[in-house]
Amino acid sequence: MTKRIRDRVIYAVVWLACAAPLLFLVYWGLNDQLGANPITTGLRFLGLWGLRFLVAGLAITPLRGWFGWNFLQRYRRTIGLWGFAYVALHLLTYIGVDQFFDWNTILKDVLKRPYITFGMLGFVLLIPLAVTSTNAMVRRLGGRRWRQLHKLAYVIAPLGVLHYDLLVKADTTWPWMYAAILAVLLGWRVWQVRTRRAATRPVSA
Amino acid sequence: MRQHLGPTLPSSEITPQRLYLARREFLGASVGALATAAFSANAFAASLAAKPGPFRAEDKPTAKEAVTTYNNFYEFGVEKDDPAKNAGTLRTSPWSIVVEGACDRPGTYALEDLYKPAELEERVYRHRCVEAWSMVVPWIGVPLASVLQKVGATSNAKYVAFETLYDKEQMPGQSRRVLEWPYREGLRIDEAMHPLTLLAVGLYGETLPNQNGAPVRLVVPWKYGFKGIKSIVRIKLQDSQPRTAWNVSAPSEYGFYSNVNPDVDHPRWSQKTERRIGEFRRRETLPFNGYGEQVAELYAGMDLRRNF
Repeated sequence: MTKRIRDRVIYAVVWLACAAPLLFLVYWGLNDQLGANPITTGLRFLGLWGLRFLVAGLAITPLRGWFGWNFLQRYRRTIGLWGFAYVALHLLTYIGVDQFFDWNTILKDVLKRPYITFGMLGFVLLIPLAVTSTNAMVRRLGGRRWRQLHKLAYVIAPLGVLHYDLLVKADTTWPWMYAAILAVLLGWRVWQVRTRRAATRPVSA
Repeated sequence: MRQHLGPTLPSSEITPQRLYLARREFLGASVGALATAAFSANAFAASLAAKPGPFRAEDKPTAKEAVTTYNNFYEFGVEKDDPAKNAGTLRTSPWSIVVEGACDRPGTYALEDLYKPAELEERVYRHRCVEAWSMVVPWIGVPLASVLQKVGATSNAKYVAFETLYDKEQMPGQSRRVLEWPYREGLRIDEAMHPLTLLAVGLYGETLPNQNGAPVRLVVPWKYGFKGIKSIVRIKLQDSQPRTAWNVSAPSEYGFYSNVNPDVDHPRWSQKTERRIGEFRRRETLPFNGYGEQVAELYAGMDLRRNF
């Protein structure tokens, strides 16, 4: 197997893995296997996978740093875009199925309910990242500016966790797990920047 | 008012009796099925005769499958399908209830001694969860008032406090301190004595499945579902307002009264609409869950925004 074919196979596997939750959801939905409250179950499922892929996207740079898994880099865009897709489907389900286009209520929700405000803010911030995900856009922006813009992910993922935490009634174990993972992934970046600065600081006085 | 008094169809006609009988025959005939059933929480549900009672909502009852697989019972896990999956460990027979406090005949009662089988009534009630979903359930039980009269509640009984079983072996969810255990609930005495307030021992023509609060639970249809404390082992008549589990957990979100009220939102989400399980579009939530005609007077002169 040539390297090119192998890369394509791996890419197809990653892509399918990202699509799998959606395929399962559609299958369960069509076979009436989403339980007594399929709308809420589906809505939560899409939101949770959106958050998982966004966190997975943020894990790639640290994993490269810790284990030298540089090959992960080429899947980061796929993972991030799938995260956006799940979040977008989550939002569309909320608007079109859960609230059935009751714009009045939706607007009130966004303004009045902090968990929806934070969730919506996270989605809006994701849009420029999705739009600038193509190679052509990376070239147009230039690598430096593109990287600056995509640091928005550091804000978006915590907004997602906050959105999740605020809707849970009593058992916030899972939201806190995601918060802890994010703290490690973002904390590592802060630590990297600090040590790099320390290393390049001119030795004087 | 979308309900009427007097006998109407019993739920045995809502869901064909033949279906139950056929299932029973099948179970009886098959040793394998029996063995499997022994591990399911519903294995010991027995048919339960009850006369049609008053207060039968005209709403279409929610499918039994949904009623018995989608609910909150944190003693068995926090997901909606956890109770049906995990409640098999609960032993509901024998079952005794401690009755204490301001009453003439306190003591430990066997559940069977608190009512006569002939008193059992079937009532079809709307059930509104604080999470903005709802169901319609054909319960079987007796008015709580009849039990409180039986034990001789005195004039010092201003409130009734209830407690759920506290046993980590039988209720594995209690190993985690999601709420303060045992689960506690309470009613003001006039709420407890109201003819709508039911002590339920069955649903859909059978004894309560474990996951729905077997063997005995409270049903207060004009309040949010969490007021309907399950698997009750203690009833105390007292002169002070009791502690209640959700109020202790989040006092700003869950008040003592917790009457269904579309005008008082949960601090984090709206209570204006609800999703009736089995329906696609949300529906408007009614004040007192549609039981205002019967219960609004209990709260005359009270500020229901403050006393949420």
